[in-house]
Amino acid sequence: MIDESNARAWFDWALHEARKHGVGDVEMSLHASESALTRFANNTIHQNVSDESGAASIRVAIGKRTARVSTNRLDEASLRRATAQAIDLARANEEDPGLPPMAPPEAIAPGERWDAETAALSAEARAGAVREAIGAIGGSAAGIYSNERSTQFLLNSNGVFARHDETGATFSVTATASDSSGWAKASAVRAGDIDTLALARSASEKAALSKAPRRMDPGVYRVILEPAAVLDLVGQIFGDCSATALDEERSFLNGRFDERIFGSNITIRDDVRHPLQDGAPFDGEGVARRALTLFENGYPREMPYSRSAALRAGRPATGHGYALPNDVGESPVNVVIEGGSSTMPELMAKLGRGILVTRLWYIREVDPFRKVMTGMTRDGTFFVDGGEIQHGVRNFRFNVSVVDLLNAVEAMTAPGRASGEESFDMVVPAMLVGEFPFTEVTMF
Amino acid sequence: MRQLALDALELAKGRGVQYADVRVVESETQDLSTRNGRVSQVTGSDSTGIGIRILAEGAWGFAATDDLSRDGIDKAVFKARAIAKASAMAKLGDVVLAPEQSWTAEWDSPCAVDPFRISVQKKLDYLLKVDEALRSNKAVTLTETSFHGTRTRQWFANSEGSVIGQTRTVTGAGCACYVFKDGDLQKRSYPNSFGGQYQLKGWELIDEIDMLRRAPSLAEEAAMLHAADPCPAGEHPLILDSSQLGLQIHESIGHPIELDRVLGSEANYAGMSFLTLDQLRRLRYGSPMVHVVSDATIAHGPGLGTFAFDDEGVPAQRTDIIREGLFTGYLTSRESAGAIGENRSNGCMRAADWDRLPLIRMTNTSLEPGAQTLDEVFDVPHGIYMETNKSWSIDDKRYNFQFGCEAAWEIRDGRRVRMLKNPVYSGISTEFWNVCEAIANRDHWTLWGVPNCGKGQPEQVMGTGHGASPSRFRGIQTGAL
Repeated sequence: MIDESNARAWFDWALHEARKHGVGDVEMSLHASESALTRFANNTIHQNVSDESGAASIRVAIGKRTARVSTNRLDEASLRRATAQAIDLARANEEDPGLPPMAPPEAIAPGERWDAETAALSAEARAGAVREAIGAIGGSAAGIYSNERSTQFLLNSNGVFARHDETGATFSVTATASDSSGWAKASAVRAGDIDTLALARSASEKAALSKAPRRMDPGVYRVILEPAAVLDLVGQIFGDCSATALDEERSFLNGRFDERIFGSNITIRDDVRHPLQDGAPFDGEGVARRALTLFENGYPREMPYSRSAALRAGRPATGHGYALPNDVGESPVNVVIEGGSSTMPELMAKLGRGILVTRLWYIREVDPFRKVMTGMTRDGTFFVDGGEIQHGVRNFRFNVSVVDLLNAVEAMTAPGRASGEESFDMVVPAMLVGEFPFTEVTMF
Repeated sequence: MRQLALDALELAKGRGVQYADVRVVESETQDLSTRNGRVSQVTGSDSTGIGIRILAEGAWGFAATDDLSRDGIDKAVFKARAIAKASAMAKLGDVVLAPEQSWTAEWDSPCAVDPFRISVQKKLDYLLKVDEALRSNKAVTLTETSFHGTRTRQWFANSEGSVIGQTRTVTGAGCACYVFKDGDLQKRSYPNSFGGQYQLKGWELIDEIDMLRRAPSLAEEAAMLHAADPCPAGEHPLILDSSQLGLQIHESIGHPIELDRVLGSEANYAGMSFLTLDQLRRLRYGSPMVHVVSDATIAHGPGLGTFAFDDEGVPAQRTDIIREGLFTGYLTSRESAGAIGENRSNGCMRAADWDRLPLIRMTNTSLEPGAQTLDEVFDVPHGIYMETNKSWSIDDKRYNFQFGCEAAWEIRDGRRVRMLKNPVYSGISTEFWNVCEAIANRDHWTLWGVPNCGKGQPEQVMGTGHGASPSRFRGIQTGAL
């Protein structure tokens, strides 16, 4: 793994090489990680992997021209060669009048995202937890148990020196019965915060409850979206929540910024310091991530600004920019959706008659301005009546506008950290949605 | 690199293994892009590392590292062996590999004009000209162009004596324009959406697709979409262009035939398949004119799924998947081939990079050309023609799909009579292929590259190839969204 002394030494090599070529503006990001993942299916471990890597990414700026070269060869000759290549690319590039100068240094409090036990979680420990999970499932079990540790640095010739250390673990499990399935997943900075056995039991219970699924007609239903379904669907809008997207007129917020766009019960923040969040407290240029209220009581409020976007707009950057040069500018990455006060049983009671959705799958954007998304339900879809699960149902296809969805939320649980497969991990509640359009039914 | 692979293999063999293979991979990439007349991305990268796969105690272990010192590799070997031991803690039976002979070979993919020898300045000049041509239409509000080049050199060695070197050069490019007006965002892309066309070629691909020639009409189409009527809802004869049909093949044939998915390996993530083992050589998967192959050989063309050997050291092969409409084959590996009674893998194990385990992946899964002329494919009294993918989604067993396209046209008596916007179509995989009633001939067949196919945990992004020509399907549900 990279430590502070070799980070500084490697940056000095790059800076020295750049100065040999008459270039003074250099930025280097360094990333080192060790990750491992145990994968199981059909009640046996079938894939079990580990990888260890490190990489340097060097950006140079020559006036208003810039370019980046990355390498995982971290010896002096390779880093000098990468720097020289970046200079060649930058010289071949066009001038970008909007290119900001290298970021200035600022004090950034470290994030508390490291857990030594998670960093050291062994293949044996993962296999033991997997064996226990398989034992808790009546049918066929499949899933993963992974852990990772990483260190990143960002340095530039203007004096920026930022460091972030992080661990993470993820457990995901699918229980499959003869004609049904159930799923559960959790991720955390600390593996000890994940109750793998409880997740396995939850997946198994869902598979049992959804056996012999019945076909229900497509139509508009009252629906409860569990947190993983909320994040996978609502997560599709955050690429549009960006000053650059608005500038380029590719955001669903274009022309609507002064309107109440979602229901008055919807407030969404971006907050890297939230205790359930993860990630570095600085962005791709080394700017400290500021907390933003993206939407407040349904109104758009604060958008992320990269340094380039901030320069164009004459306002401060918010610390959400991607490493330059890039095609997208900036976006929120630490989303927290404020929830409500309902418990899950209360949400079920309020639903009355409707559909409970565990998880969504293969979500794709159909209309970029109305934010219409299509996708499928998966691994635990239930008909609820009288606040109780009555039976499993065959999986539905939906075509839903996320804007309409967030105008139809009747009640929410308190938010918690959730993990899906179609968007990044977030802190979100379960939502009771008054109208949710299912357009087709599949064969299982 | 070759010696590094052999040295690592010797270290692995010394750890008491039943089988081991190693891959040393070195890659370099370059990405250039423009937006609205400005260069937005100029990046290069290189990466070198080794992946070591060990079968011991009847179970798999895999470790990868970019520390290529002897100590670094020894540590990775030790870790892979320890992981195999841990895997054995939760095994139901021993892994058994189908036999494969040992091979010694070296292979370079064809590349007429090395894309890394074309200057960055020349590439950017070309992209900026395309960008300018797109913006010549004043209605256009955002333009994008991109170039991607990758060269990957790999040495594979296994404990059965195979030593194989392969170098693959991939080039990709595309352009797109958006028109935002009155709360409606329309887009047209060329030669395909989501990055354009990708093939196992050099700069010659850029000359072939000739984006500069297409740019003005592309921008005009994006502007015209705003005034177009929505695609009508109902059941219609549907004609798909070859790029959209390539993705249809990918989703509704290519993924369901992955045998690991069928056997449950992907149950937690990418999903399973409706093609259960009892369907082999029994299921009517298409009309009699539907012939689909999985073909990784260079004879099939320079696809993203073209190679000489897969990442288990099995030679590239051509396998019938659907013959005269009958389902006849899966994509297999050495571990899974026995599940369908085969005594040899058909060579579909591919790893995204040195730090990833090989998985069963599509190679080039292609619809063979038909017998019809293009006029014959369009020869319907009334139908819908759709072009260029905009959205794609299919359930986790690969039955129910819905695709959206960037543009459509109403067809009357074989001719386009009006443009239609926001078109979508949906169906069930087998039902769709069973109503295929016209496939254009080889003159209109294109081997498309899908560079972004995701599968596995940790996720691996792989390039796959899909040959197709424009084809017609009877009674398909269409609409506008």
